[in-house]
Amino acid sequence: MALATQRVDVPVIVDESKCLEKCTACIEVCPLDVLVKNPETGKAYMKYDECWFCLPCEKECPTNAITVQIPFLLR
Amino acid sequence: MNIQNLQTDFLVIGGGTAGTMAGIKAKQANPDADVLILEKANIRRSGAIAMGMDGVNTAVIPGNSTPEQYVREITIANDGILNQKSVYQTGRWGYEVIQELESWGVKFQKDHEGNYDLKQVHRVGIYVLPMPEGKDLKKILTRQVKRHKVRVTNRVMATRVMVKDGRAIGAVGFDVRKGDFVVIQAKAVVLCTGACGRLGLPASGYLYGTYENPTNAGDGYSMAYHAGAELTNIECFQINPLIKDYNGPACAYVASPFGAYTANAEGNRFINCDYWSGQMMLETWKELNSGKGPVHLKMYHLDDDTISEIERVLWANERPSRERFHEGRKENYRTHGVEMNISEIGLCSGHSASGVWVNEKAETTVPGLYAAGDMASVPHNYMIGAFVSGRISGINAMDYVQDIEHVEPDADFLAAEKARIYAPLNRPDGVPHTQVEYKLRRYVNDYLQPPKSPTNMDIGLAAFERYHDSLDLMGARDPHELMRCMEVHFIRDCAEMAARASLYRKESRWGLYHYRLDYPEKNDEEWFCHANLKKGETGDMEMFKRAVEPYIVDVNLEQEVYDVAVR
Repeated sequence: MALATQRVDVPVIVDESKCLEKCTACIEVCPLDVLVKNPETGKAYMKYDECWFCLPCEKECPTNAITVQIPFLLR
Repeated sequence: MNIQNLQTDFLVIGGGTAGTMAGIKAKQANPDADVLILEKANIRRSGAIAMGMDGVNTAVIPGNSTPEQYVREITIANDGILNQKSVYQTGRWGYEVIQELESWGVKFQKDHEGNYDLKQVHRVGIYVLPMPEGKDLKKILTRQVKRHKVRVTNRVMATRVMVKDGRAIGAVGFDVRKGDFVVIQAKAVVLCTGACGRLGLPASGYLYGTYENPTNAGDGYSMAYHAGAELTNIECFQINPLIKDYNGPACAYVASPFGAYTANAEGNRFINCDYWSGQMMLETWKELNSGKGPVHLKMYHLDDDTISEIERVLWANERPSRERFHEGRKENYRTHGVEMNISEIGLCSGHSASGVWVNEKAETTVPGLYAAGDMASVPHNYMIGAFVSGRISGINAMDYVQDIEHVEPDADFLAAEKARIYAPLNRPDGVPHTQVEYKLRRYVNDYLQPPKSPTNMDIGLAAFERYHDSLDLMGARDPHELMRCMEVHFIRDCAEMAARASLYRKESRWGLYHYRLDYPEKNDEEWFCHANLKKGETGDMEMFKRAVEPYIVDVNLEQEVYDVAVR
């Protein structure tokens, strides 16, 4: 199978200056399990574009590092 | 790959509304039993109520209404096809559920005298009890799960129920982060994996922009089917009137008690009841096709304080991101109607009548296998119904497991299932699950979205049968992608069931949910029955009729026709 890599605008934005390396609150509560840590920086990011814009990640982030946008296709 | 072998007395698959309650009630019934909740997300924020709920919609409160009145209302709303005994349970036990939730810290709205402040949304009775602070419902349930010492395994997705000698003996699945193969032996199993919310494709084209939590991909419908259980009324689709594009509730259940209502483009009413029913959806469909569309939820005639109160509820509960959606379009309830559209199809007994067949004890037709919540066939059940059916399954399962021993699973079955699950990982450059899912769900829209026509559905059915070949092309690069791949398997099974059941019932019923262009009328003589399906001996899907259980509450359906049109 031949595959291409496409760019997509993802809904969950993480402010890396606020994201705590040892915290996984957003990752644990995401129903779709789309957030992971970047192993190099320890910061969370949205790895999979599968978002229900439900907001637990944003609400449970202790440092308000997360902003959830409505996905572009719906916005 | 690692293999995890687990054992429990009672396995709860899905830790949402019904599942958490099933676990808690099982432990209350027998604190010495081992109860395990298996959840593919994390029970703290999983299921249909990840961000809580703004109210309970089927509250039968003594002094206000009776279970008999409630059964009558749902019988009429569901065109008579239901097991009244199961619906009765929702009316019978809902009040106790509410009281128990309250003792756990869930707050329900009360009037100045301390009575429950119920609102009318249904056509006749008053069953809606607001919960303006309902956003942390899941956190409260999670606390109770821990307090009752129910074991929880998060991030493991079940793929099949194990059956031996005709009874459920556990389940198989995999860890969606580590990839471990997980085999769980259990004396009884309850499926409470929610709706099939990812069946049709939302008009936005975004796979996860669904009304239901998109994790609810029809897992339980598919697992029950492969376990040999009967499913019923799958042709009675879930179709909802939703905020256009956002695809979430607008939400008339909250706003209509304040004076809001659904209106056409001219600002006029065309339905006299905002309660979600197939008949209401048919009127909405007609209005959208009459030249008087689009339709909208109208609040702009209300005063500023009232709208602020509605906003406080809608922007904190259930789907709080509604606020930023409206903001992004520079729209305001004071000046704009909320533009609504008809959703894509799904399967969900919470709002319609499809599901895994259960009796009033939450038993499926396979011994040891129970079903509860949105995937069990108790119509119009909503959240209280999920709690009640979870409760019933937990209590009855504890009774059932007393004389049951664990059974060693079949080695050939395990080997075959392992090969099926992990096949996409052997093809990392296979077709991405996103593309395979998109096309499948577009076919669902193309061929199954009502109004239904027979040749369309035949073409759809052939496409879904052929789609096994496409599933075999899917590739996954990690356990997360593998989870999505296996969900596409569930969706395909549900699509085939939806097509076959819709072709089988040769009449129209439940308004838009099963509106057939070739049989536009209701035909009680031939079709006053359930249309059930199961996996036959040969492995093919079989359709058959099942008689409606004798009523326990008299309803004269000839006189009492559910009609919400404004004429």
